[in-house]
Amino acid sequence: MTGEPFGAWIGQMLSLGFSWSWGLDGWIVVIGGLAAVASSLLGNFLVLRKMSMLGDAITHAVLPGIAVAFLLTQTRSSPAMFVGAVVVGLMTAVFTEWIRGAGGVDEGASMGVVFTSLFALGLVILVQTADAVDLDPNCVLYGSIELTPLDTVAIGGRDVPRAAVVLALVTVVNALFVLFFFKELRLTSFDPALATTMGFSSKWMHYGLMVLVSVTAVACFESVGSILVVAMFIVPAAAAYMLTDRLGVMIAISVALAIVSAVLGHVLALSVPAWIGYRSTTTSGMIAVAAGGLFFAAATLSPRHGVLVKLVRRQLLSLRILCDDIVASLFRGEELDQRPPTATWLAGELFASNWSMKAALAMLRRRGEVADQDDRLQLTHVGRERGQRLVRSHRLWEQYLVDRAGSGAERIHDQAERFEHFTDRNLRDELAKETDTPVEDPHGRPIPDES
Amino acid sequence: MWRAMTSRLNASTEIASSVSGVRLSRGLLLLAVLAVSATVCHARGRRSADARSQTSAFEWTDTQWGRVLLMKDYNTRIVIFGVAVLGGASGLVGSFTLLRKRALMGDALSHASLPGIAIAFIAANWFGGDEKSLPWLLVGATASGLLGVAVILVIRNQTRLKEDAALGIVLSVFFGAGVALLGVIQQMDTGHAAGLEGFIYGKTASMRAADARLIAVTSLIVIAGCLVLFKELKLLCFDEGFAGAQGFPVIALDVGLMTMVVLVTIVGLQAVGLVLMIALLVIPAAAARFWTETMWRMMLWAALLGTGGSIVGGLVSALFPGLPSGAMIVLVCSLFFFVSMMLGTRRGVIIRFVRRMRLNRRIDRQHLLRAMYEQLEKTSGGQDHSGLAERANRRLAVSLGKLLSMRSWSRRRLSRAIERAVEDELLRIQNGACKLTQAGFAEAARLTRQHRLWEMYLIAYADVATANVDRDADKIEHVLAPEVIDQLEDLLDEQGMTIPVPQSPHGPLNADQALNADQALNADQALSADAGQTVEQIEAGGQSGTQQQPDAPGGPQ
Repeated sequence: MTGEPFGAWIGQMLSLGFSWSWGLDGWIVVIGGLAAVASSLLGNFLVLRKMSMLGDAITHAVLPGIAVAFLLTQTRSSPAMFVGAVVVGLMTAVFTEWIRGAGGVDEGASMGVVFTSLFALGLVILVQTADAVDLDPNCVLYGSIELTPLDTVAIGGRDVPRAAVVLALVTVVNALFVLFFFKELRLTSFDPALATTMGFSSKWMHYGLMVLVSVTAVACFESVGSILVVAMFIVPAAAAYMLTDRLGVMIAISVALAIVSAVLGHVLALSVPAWIGYRSTTTSGMIAVAAGGLFFAAATLSPRHGVLVKLVRRQLLSLRILCDDIVASLFRGEELDQRPPTATWLAGELFASNWSMKAALAMLRRRGEVADQDDRLQLTHVGRERGQRLVRSHRLWEQYLVDRAGSGAERIHDQAERFEHFTDRNLRDELAKETDTPVEDPHGRPIPDES
Repeated sequence: MWRAMTSRLNASTEIASSVSGVRLSRGLLLLAVLAVSATVCHARGRRSADARSQTSAFEWTDTQWGRVLLMKDYNTRIVIFGVAVLGGASGLVGSFTLLRKRALMGDALSHASLPGIAIAFIAANWFGGDEKSLPWLLVGATASGLLGVAVILVIRNQTRLKEDAALGIVLSVFFGAGVALLGVIQQMDTGHAAGLEGFIYGKTASMRAADARLIAVTSLIVIAGCLVLFKELKLLCFDEGFAGAQGFPVIALDVGLMTMVVLVTIVGLQAVGLVLMIALLVIPAAAARFWTETMWRMMLWAALLGTGGSIVGGLVSALFPGLPSGAMIVLVCSLFFFVSMMLGTRRGVIIRFVRRMRLNRRIDRQHLLRAMYEQLEKTSGGQDHSGLAERANRRLAVSLGKLLSMRSWSRRRLSRAIERAVEDELLRIQNGACKLTQAGFAEAARLTRQHRLWEMYLIAYADVATANVDRDADKIEHVLAPEVIDQLEDLLDEQGMTIPVPQSPHGPLNADQALNADQALNADQALSADAGQTVEQIEAGGQSGTQQQPDAPGGPQ
């Protein structure tokens, strides 16, 4: 409790209605953070290799390993169970791979078969010996992070929680693994076949990764619970994957997100129930929720792959295309000396909704491409030029498709309709050259000159 | 300060024990007992579950074996019936999810139902209702499970993440939220959420007689749903795009299927527990896949395996009180899976191994005979004279060394192939060299002909370069269906051609000559007249409609 005054001060600063003590909460956050970082380091590769459910499978499947280790040693000593759990964790990966490969079963299904069977086996072994021993599967699997600061070992004259030591060790090992084998991991994750031809054994990388995943899963859930392991393997890495395309950056982001969710999760666990008049709740669960929140934010708001951004981009594109269509059809109407159409008529013609039509017209008016004349739409000079360009693109494409791609005349219109929006001056010139500068399109309509 | 800490610690221990306190083992062990007692109460006019009916399940006498195995007890019958129907329904639904590559969907959504259960509990508490009323909690579980499924689908369809990541995210985050909510519930005035975790671990403390009926009714609804929508769901599994194009409401069907998964999972969850539920959804379906390629047969197998596994597992655990029924059902199902994986008549490991062995043997024999034939051809002065000289030269011996140099095969493999051919009297060994028998010669001629027919076909129709056809033909000729050979023969017959063994498009080449590019070119040119003609004839006979010229298949012209 050395930093108690400081801790109390921070607690007041946060003043979220809970007390913060560095001796307890500090360690919980540190342990949660270490577990999160250790898991998320490897989680990146699990997500990239589409093996995200492996953490879940391993945390269920290690039960027989723990049970057998217990039966053999008759102690609840940590090292024996650790070894047993890791061995069975690795067996999960091997069995899954075997059933997938030899049996031709889908990856998820083979994982489901293996981990449920192993869990049931472990359960039977445990129940058979349950009367003699005090070993509760849930105690083993769903450790409680809140209690970890109490189980300490003395290091350098100071009491340090055992979980912190173990997890720090695992984190360092994982970090070194990722650091030293970065190139190999990257290659084997993205292109295992290429890696094998280049001399990296993707099989060895796979099993190396599996060993570390098992070790991490066992080390984590022993102290912080299995929910947290499963969440931390996947969620920060998935969030980071939404934010970047580079593996190195992705790992860095996932580690940062893991730390943030550990801190945020514990703070939430202490504060949220207090708002509605209860005491703190489970930290592991809240860390998972915090990570989920971060993922949600990343998935929605990511500048490149975010759902929201993609949605907006798609809306803007369809609006632009609608503007194009309006201008082009007004131009065609002028070509045929038709009476300028009303907005409602045009909307029906272009299958545009009322709302999007209004938005498009507003945009066109603002740019001064369309003017109103007693509720009828008319092109301005600028608009006419744009319409001319579009119609030219369209008809050049039709000509090109008939000339070069051998398309039937009845199918070219839709294709040209799609291409015309993405055709710039250079491409038009190119098209004109390729089609020997035609004056008429395949339907016999004049191709306007470049304005 | 210290008091605050200790109080929080106490809370934490409580929470921890609430999460971990349920003895999964005991819970599953109690399943049979409680289900039996529940149905006893039901059968005997809802007498309360007293000690007698509970202990009676444990007091096995010698006749009990017979009673259990013959299911003479009404109670045993009811329990077994309940699990069996659940197993059958899960098998059916599991087949669809397996084929849609969503085997672990059950895993994710059973975890995802926890916050719904917790919220239903809190809401009931808030409004002063009965927190532990089963329908209320089931509604919460279903709602939250469906929300989980929806989130999975959104993540999968709207982001760059794949199915597995979507499942993992929903599973862990929802479950985390559920655990956090349980931590709050633990502190509520109405006391403890005992039995809530039962939904996850299958503790049946709150199970009443009606629950068994609920399982049966839900399972039957789901089974009926699967059968009614069989055709549509089948299409959905195999070709979603086609189903959409055919005008089937794909999204509605998908939602319907997922709803059935949710229904089965939620009902099964509170009765038999999470892990068993996942196992019932995954294992029978995966096992069934080894036995058949037909969808309805697969579903039948899956339902049968699910039902059978549940019955056997239930009986075993009824016979030996030390064995938890849920775990036993899983283990019996995995035993079925293992047996299916090994012995399955369609995709089983053994049958596939045997098939592969047979194919390899056939390939080795075909290679051997063709090598013999080509050697004879060479010694009789090349293909041009083959027709005349073959018969006379059939008795020529070919040394092992020569055969070995024909292909890249190991001596051991070659010797085995020779041994087997000798056994079948296709070959004879004389002074360490091989001779073809009459039957062997006929077979060798037939195989060589087949190989060359296919080479011709590849050159003429598939635009395969002459230098590559040998390898391509090599790959496919062993698995050519008789009909295909017939068709190829027909192409020749229509031309009125009788080619005993069509000439090799590679020309009369020796192995060492083939290495020499110039000579090979010359040989090709020399051949082009003959082979080109043959090819054109095949072409003209086969493809009457198209008039495309083959791109100089015989070589430069």
